[in-house]
Formats: sequence, structure tokens, C-alpha cells
Amino acid sequence: MLSAMILLPLVGAAVVGLLGDAVRARWVALLTTLAVLGLALGLWAGFDTSTAAFQYVERAEPFGGLFSWHLGIDGIGLVLILLSAFLMPFAILAGWESVRERVPEYLAAFLVMEAFIIGVFAALDLILFYVFFEAGLIPMYLIIGVWGGKRRIYASYKFFLYTLLGSVLMLLAMIWMVREAGTTDIPALMAHDFPLSAQRWLWLGFFASFAVKMPMWPVHTWLPDAHVEAPTAGSMILAGVLLKMGGYGFLRFSLPMFPEASAEFVGLVFALSMVAVVYTSLVALAQEDMKKLIAYSSVAHMAFVTGGLFALNTQGLEGAMFVMVSHGLVSAALFFCVGVVYDRLHTREIARYGGLATNMPRYALFFLLFTLASIALPGTSGFVGEFLALMGIFSASSLAGVVMATGVILGAAYMLWLYARVAYGRIVHDDVRAMPDLKPREWAVMLPLAASVLWLGVNPGPVLAPVRAPVESLMARLVERGVVADASLSPARATGAG
Amino acid sequence: MVQAIVLLPLLGFLVAGIGNRALGDLGARLVTTIAVGVACALAWLVFLRQWEGEGAYVVTVAEWFSSGALRVSWQLRVDMLVAVMLVVVTTVSALVHLYSWGYMAEDSSQPRFFAYLSLFTFAMLMLVTAESLVQLFFGWEGVGLASYLLIGFWYERPAAKAAAIKAFVVNRVGDFGFMLGLFAAFLVFGTLDLSDMLAAVPRHRDTTIELLGTPVDALTAIALLLFVGAMGKSAQLGLHTWLPDAMEGPTPVSALIHAATMVTAGVFLVCRLSPLFEAAPLALDVVTYLGAATALFAATVATTQHDIKRVIAYSTCSQLGFMFFAAGIGAYGAAMFHLFTHAFFKALLFLGAGSVIHAMHHEQDMRRYGGLARHVPLTFAAMTVGTLAITGFFFTAGYYSKDGILFSAFARGREPALVAFAVGLVTALLTSFYSWRLVFLTFFGAPRWDGHHHAPHESPPSMLVPLGVLALGALGAGALFHEAYIGAHHPFWQGAIVHDRAFAAAAHDVPALVHWAPAIAMAAGFLIALRQYVLKPGAAEDFVRTFHTLHGFFYRKWYFDELYDALFVRPARALGRMFWQGGDLGLIDRLGPDGVSAAVGAGASAARRFQSGLLQAYAMVMLVGVAGLVTWLLAAR
Repeated sequence: MLSAMILLPLVGAAVVGLLGDAVRARWVALLTTLAVLGLALGLWAGFDTSTAAFQYVERAEPFGGLFSWHLGIDGIGLVLILLSAFLMPFAILAGWESVRERVPEYLAAFLVMEAFIIGVFAALDLILFYVFFEAGLIPMYLIIGVWGGKRRIYASYKFFLYTLLGSVLMLLAMIWMVREAGTTDIPALMAHDFPLSAQRWLWLGFFASFAVKMPMWPVHTWLPDAHVEAPTAGSMILAGVLLKMGGYGFLRFSLPMFPEASAEFVGLVFALSMVAVVYTSLVALAQEDMKKLIAYSSVAHMAFVTGGLFALNTQGLEGAMFVMVSHGLVSAALFFCVGVVYDRLHTREIARYGGLATNMPRYALFFLLFTLASIALPGTSGFVGEFLALMGIFSASSLAGVVMATGVILGAAYMLWLYARVAYGRIVHDDVRAMPDLKPREWAVMLPLAASVLWLGVNPGPVLAPVRAPVESLMARLVERGVVADASLSPARATGAG
Repeated sequence: MVQAIVLLPLLGFLVAGIGNRALGDLGARLVTTIAVGVACALAWLVFLRQWEGEGAYVVTVAEWFSSGALRVSWQLRVDMLVAVMLVVVTTVSALVHLYSWGYMAEDSSQPRFFAYLSLFTFAMLMLVTAESLVQLFFGWEGVGLASYLLIGFWYERPAAKAAAIKAFVVNRVGDFGFMLGLFAAFLVFGTLDLSDMLAAVPRHRDTTIELLGTPVDALTAIALLLFVGAMGKSAQLGLHTWLPDAMEGPTPVSALIHAATMVTAGVFLVCRLSPLFEAAPLALDVVTYLGAATALFAATVATTQHDIKRVIAYSTCSQLGFMFFAAGIGAYGAAMFHLFTHAFFKALLFLGAGSVIHAMHHEQDMRRYGGLARHVPLTFAAMTVGTLAITGFFFTAGYYSKDGILFSAFARGREPALVAFAVGLVTALLTSFYSWRLVFLTFFGAPRWDGHHHAPHESPPSMLVPLGVLALGALGAGALFHEAYIGAHHPFWQGAIVHDRAFAAAAHDVPALVHWAPAIAMAAGFLIALRQYVLKPGAAEDFVRTFHTLHGFFYRKWYFDELYDALFVRPARALGRMFWQGGDLGLIDRLGPDGVSAAVGAGASAARRFQSGLLQAYAMVMLVGVAGLVTWLLAAR
């Protein structure tokens, strides 16, 4: 089934590429992504959440035994595949009218990207993972470089440079690992005990790549430029899915394979995450460009993920996973919200808008909902993840918890100010007054995203349940290796109890 | 039944919100008002049953989320404390819904307005019925959202827009403390369910936790962190700056959210957690001093404001201070009693002010009022009743509840309590002064409005009926309920809050001088206001001229807004620009990607040339990588 989910979009991409007709290409692309979503829901329906073992495992040896076509997912992979498959049809819909040049190629790029993304989350062979991980960026790179805005060259160049740096270091680490362990099998590597001295270098090699992907401060500066130049759908997938590859990497590689090194580097990750929350939130406050503001807010939100992951406790890990899912939905939705008005007025300058609640009340309502989810209002998906992650961080280090919790204040400030400048106030410009409210196609994107944000906010079980067993197993490994004392938060740090 | 009370307003919100234009103004009004009205009737039923000793119980609705040892469920708790809040919230909400039929009659987005009112009511009910502190936080932020939406209801006005953001962000500062309090509480108790937590308090009297590298007393830390949340929501000194600005919202909103219910959530929280606070004496002292300071501060500002709603807003802030210091000295019953009576008379004053504003075509400056008693006699009567109650005139609601607090403070006898008693007396005088000043400036003297533009008219019945009901409450709620709430003999609270009967008895048995002191303060305030604004016209202006500096200090609200602007708002923006221009662009990019491209002998044009081959280069690197890996593998065999 996983192979089918990887091959289907590739076949779709080929068909789309061959069609050469924009209208038919759009429908084929949309149907392909919907079919993949159907398969993903099938995975979910048949998934056993009680075990941390990999499921839907497929293994073939088409590469002469050097490495395997080895696929399989645990709850973490499942949730991220679901997220990707869920977002992709909306990305196709988002560019339905606004992209007019080289439409088949544009759609093919998205479908190829979907195949590689699913490959990343399903690969159980190190080399296979590496190929998917790096190749997945090529379509995104093209999407920015070909269908992007005025400074697309600079943006894609910057994107490339950062990623290249990370890839090279990760590649070196991988080569060493395979040499040392004698296998490319990820489950085997997850159980392999690397010596601590080697772990440190390996950890840093992987960290270079994942930190860029997240992105963590200070290797985040490619993100605002990439977002600003990318077409709406590109931003949706970039923020919604591609950034999650970094968090996934930490969960799949850094923590289980290098547990002692991970524990040693907690201070580094916490320090960078703390800086990221405060620094990028303040920078977001100063932005005049809608997309840049949301891009900077992404960096701040991803810091909750890195912080939660390296809190090395159940709440932190589960919270981090939930933040990834919620941010995937919410940031994609927010970038779509920008796209909706950009399609009408062709500017991202916040000051050009104002008063949209008057002539676009439905739009304003959806935009408000996603804004609230972004600032983690309880009842939206944003809350559960941020609450759990911060709880985990606070119990690992009260200092980190206190500093990162300031994000809830700053986040409210920059997001509500953005919302107020766009939706509230009196309409000054005639062209703004002439902007029509949501079209049916836009409803088709907004409504499912809004429903999922609210649904997961009130009933987060569907995301938390599959993640539980893998997190338990990871915690068990950390406890077994003596890295942490206890899996769950407990009154351990409180003394004199009882 | 409690499920119905909580969910009916949600239903009203959903129907009115989704139905919106299709439902029409009348439909939205009917649906929301009936839903809340029924909830109100049921709430009184719950209240009576609890009073008769039905006992506390918890209804589980569904699981919300769980992670590790943390389990959070949607649960509704009912006990005497909750019952009091249910009654306050649904009663004022129902009356405000009804009042808004008239007040908002000419507004073009009524479905939205009524939907927001119902959303607020739902969130507030979730807050008060919460068994889990996380659900309480859900309600806590939910009422904050509703408050934001309603302050910004007239979103085209710049002032409304700014006030809405300010309210939310300042509240978030409080919520920041609240969240940290939840985390610390979970670390110590291993649960965030109130019953389990409070039951475990005695076991943790000597527990310490490490906070920012220092070991601190766990219960004190938790209590103080949660109190920071209470300060935000209840606009206590330091986090009060949003409340006066919140008056940009429609007046019914001010009455419901910013006087009677939401702003009392902090007081409710402290009472809800009274066993925890009792075990953290230092936290109690902080609550006492801060409450007393707020009471006095806000009263001084209220004496100088010209905007009728701002006077009442600062008055609310001040009265909340009374409630907090009552809780701080351990008189939780008195705090809740004042919360209860205040809901009636403050909602009455706000809705009365709304009626005046309605009559004066949205003029809110008291300098353009005067002599209105003749034109709006029923409103005048209602406002007078409200003023009598807030100043604590004999046998009105405020007489029982405010005096109860002051007597408790005296009876407690320890230092913070006695300071609070003294401050409370001064505040009582100021309260009487500014409240009567408001009445005299509005209803007495010569008209200072332009008769051609304004034709003051009495409000419609939909507005006057709520005024009448609230006036009855403001007059009778004290006499009717004081034995139950603060009495020494009545088992009213049944353990829902800490209620020390010996302390309550001592508060009823104070020396005669103390007993009469509040009345003397009240009379003095009244007489000064009478002299300054009725008997000697012009005396007030002379006073302002003489005490120019002091008046300016009070009038400018002790310069808190200016201070915060200089301390937080401007530095935040400057830092943001600095990090962006200096950090990201100036440092990281210059040394990072841009620097690299310059180093490889490039600049923009080279980057452009590089671009065409970039993709190939990238694919190449990847291929080389895979090849390398495979080679290593082969070599390893």
C-alpha cells in the first residue's frame, strides 16, 4: 500500500505532464491527490495504535542488496503521511486559477513532491530515506524558482545553499553510520548502540540538516524569503509539510539512534529554541509583509517542536508531534488566507488592506479562526500541542519553559495585530472595497481546514493515539540507556512530597 | 441539567452565528435570548437544590486529551460555589440579552452581536463548571476571545480595534502566569483535576520545587502564578490597563463582561482554590495588598474621569480589588458575596449608563450631560438605586457585602488585613464621592447639552425591564442572602470554599465605631460630592485648579499607559526591527548565504548564472552522495 502511495502520484505526474492541457491537468492532479488521500485514510483505518512496531511493511531488493526498498510506518509516520495527503488536494486547489503558466509542469512538480514526501515518512532504509529527503526538495526548489515572485532567484538560491550545507553534513554522518553499523536498515540502526564519542559527531551531522529544515534559529533566514517568493500552494506545502521533515528526522534518527548525545545537546537545542521564540516573534511584530510575518511565526512555532522533542519526556514529545500537525494545518490555512487576498489585489503589503471584515465577512471569519488557532486558543488544534509541549519543556527546565511561554504573549500580539490591520478598520482603498468574498473553490479549501482545526482542538485523540506507542517505545529506550530517569512527568522534581 | 445550562448558550451561538443574515435580526434575538433565558431558569433551580443540600457532583461529558500521566476530561462540576456563579452569569446574561433588543435595535449586525453574547455566556459557564483546571483555562481564554470580539464589535473604529487587541494581549500576560501555574501544579500534584488537587494540598505543605534555579515553596509558587492569571482577567493593578479601554465595546457588553461576570473570574478562581491559598499564606498576603492597592488606585482615577463609562469601569476595577482583599484575608464567603451583589448593582449602573447614552445619542462625556432627571426619570431612578447600593446605603445589597468585607478585615486583625481595612474605608469614601458625582453631573444641574441636537428620550421597555429586575437585586439581594453567604450559622457553602465560621462570627461582632465607620465614609463622600457638584457650582473647577498636579496624575490614570508604552511596547518594536534588519539581514545573511555567494566571487549576477546550473548541481551532489554511500557499503563487505 505504501509503495502504491508513492507510485500513484508519480504516475499522476507523468499523466499530467503528457496531457499538456491545463484544465484536464488540474483535474487529473486533483483526483490523484484525492486518491492518495483515500489510500492514506485506508492506512489509518487499518492501523493498530497499540503497538510501536512498524506496520504495512514492504521489503524488496531491487538494488542488488546494497540497500532495500524497505517501507513501513509507525504512528509518527502515519500521522505525518495523513497530514501530507490531507493538505495536498488543497494545495492543488489553491493554485487552480492563479497559476497560468506551464500548468502541467507546475502540477507535476507537486505530484512528484507528494511521492517523495510520503517516501520520506515511510522509508525504513537509510539510503532510501536520504534519496527521498533530498529529492523532495527539488520540486519545491523548482516551484519557487520557476513560478515564484520577483526575487525568486535569490530565494531559491538561498534555500539551496542552506539545504546543501545540511545535506552534506548529514551525508557524511550517514556514511560513517553505515560503515560502523554495517547496515542501512533504519529499525536496526534505531536499536544499534553507537559509542558516545561517535554519537556526538553523528548527532551534529544530522542536526545540521534537520535544524535547517525546521528551521531553527539562526539557520532560518531562508524561510521568509522562500515563502515570500513561493506561489501560495508552494508556501502551503513548505510550511505545512516540508518543515515537518526536520522534526520527523529528530524523532526517527537523532533521539533513538544517538540518545546519549541527544541528552548532552539538550542545552544547545533549548538555547536555540528559546532565542527563536523571542527573537522571531519580535521580528514578526515588525513585518510589513503578510507572508513574511507568518513565515517568522512558523519559526517561533517550530521552536516549540524542537523544545518539546528535547524535553525528553512524554508530554514534550507528544506535544511536539501535535504542534507539527496543528501547525501544518494552520500555517497552510494562513498562507492560503494570504493567497486569497493576494489573488484579488496582488500585494502582500499589510497596510494596503484594512476593513476586509466589511466586504469579505466570510473570509474574515475563517482568517480569524486560523489566527486564533495560531495563537493556541483552547478549543483549536493549536492549544493542545503547545500546552503539552510547553508543559514538557517547563518540567525539563523551568527557565526554558518560562522563556518559551512568552511566545503565547508575543504570538497573540503579532497575529492579532496582523488580523486587525487586515480585517478591522475602515476601508480606505476603492480596490479593496471591490474585493469579492470567498468563491466556491476557496470555500472548498477553507471549510475542511477549519473543520479539522476545530475538531482536533476539541478531540485531539486521533492524532495523539497513534503517536502514543512510538513515544512510549522511544521513552523506554531513553530510560534503558540511562538518559532520563522516568518516562512521564512526575513529582520527581518536587522534593519533600508526601 | 447542568449540561443543558452550559450547552444552551452554545446552541444559541451556533444557530445565530451560522444562521446570521438568513436567520434575521429577530430570529437571532429570539433564539439566543430564549436559550439563555431557559439556562437561567435552570440555573436558579440548581442553585436552590444546592442550597437545600443536594451536595457536590461531577458530570463527565467526554475525554478531551491525555498524555502520560496527564488526563483531561470535559467535566461539569456542580457545588454551591458553582451554583452561585451559574446564577450570576445566566441571570445577568439573560437580562443583557433582553436589554440589547432595545439598545442594539439600530445596529446592522445584530445576529453577530447576539451570537457573541451567547458565545461569551457559554465560555463563562465552561469556566465556572470546570473540574479540570485545563477546562477552566478553556473557558478562561474563551471569555477572553468573546471579550476581544465584543470590544472590537464596532471594528471600523480605530479605538475599538486597538482596545480589543490590548485587552487580549494584556490578558495573555496573565494567562502566561496561569499556564506556568498549571505546569507547576501538574509537577507537584500529578493531576490538574480540582478535587484531587485540593485534596492533596495538605500533603504538599512542605514541598519545594525548583523554579529558575531556586528552590521555592511549591504551593506558594503555584498560588502566585495562578494569581497572575487572575490579575489579568480581573484587571488588578499592573494588569488593569485593558479594562477602561474595553469600554469601546457596546454598553450591554460592558455590563455583562466587564462588570458583572468575566472580570470576576479571577476572584472566583481564588475562591475555587481557597484550600490551596489557605496553605500559602505569603500568596494570601500578596492578594490582600494587591487587592487593596487596586481598590484605592482605581477609585482615585474614577473621581476624575469625564466619560461616564470610564468612571464605572474604574469603579469595577476598584470593587474587584475589594473582592480580592476579602479573599486575601481568608473571607472567601465575603468575597463571593460581594461578587454576587456587585453583579446586580454594577450591571444596573452600566445598563443605566447605557440608557443615558442611548437617550443622548451616544454621547458619553458627562460634561455634556446635566439635568437629565426630568427627561429620563426611570433611568434616573435605576441609577440612583445602583448608586445607593454601591455606596453601601443601609439595607441595600452593597451595605451587606461591602461592610461584610470591611468588618472581616478588621476582625482578622493581622497586619495586611488591617491595612486593607484602612484602605477600604478611604476607598469607600472615594466610591461614594465618585458615584454621586456621576449622578449629579448626569441628572442634576442645568443641561449642558444642545437641545437642538439632543432630544433625550426614555428607553424602550426591553431596556427598562432589565433595569427594574437588577434594581430589585441591588436593593434586596443583600438582605435576602447575607445570612447564607457570610453568616456564622448557615451551612450554605457546604465545603465548596473554605468558610471559617468562627471568623465569620467575629466579623459580625465588631466594635460600634468600626461598625459605623463605613456609613460615615459613605456619608462623607456623598456630602463632598453634593457640595462640589450641586450646592456650589464651580467648586469642582476651583479644586482642580488648586490641586492641578494631583488631579492630572489621577486623570492620566497614574501614567500606566505611558509607562507601559515606554517600557514594553516601544522596546518590543525597536527590538523586532533591530533583530530583523540587524540580526537577520545584517548579520546572519551577510555572513551566511550572501557572504558565501560573495566569497565564491559572485554578487547578484553570478548568483544568476549559478542559478541555471543550480538544480543540476543539487541533483549531482545527491547522486554523488548516494554513490558514496554505496561505495562505502561495497567496501565494507
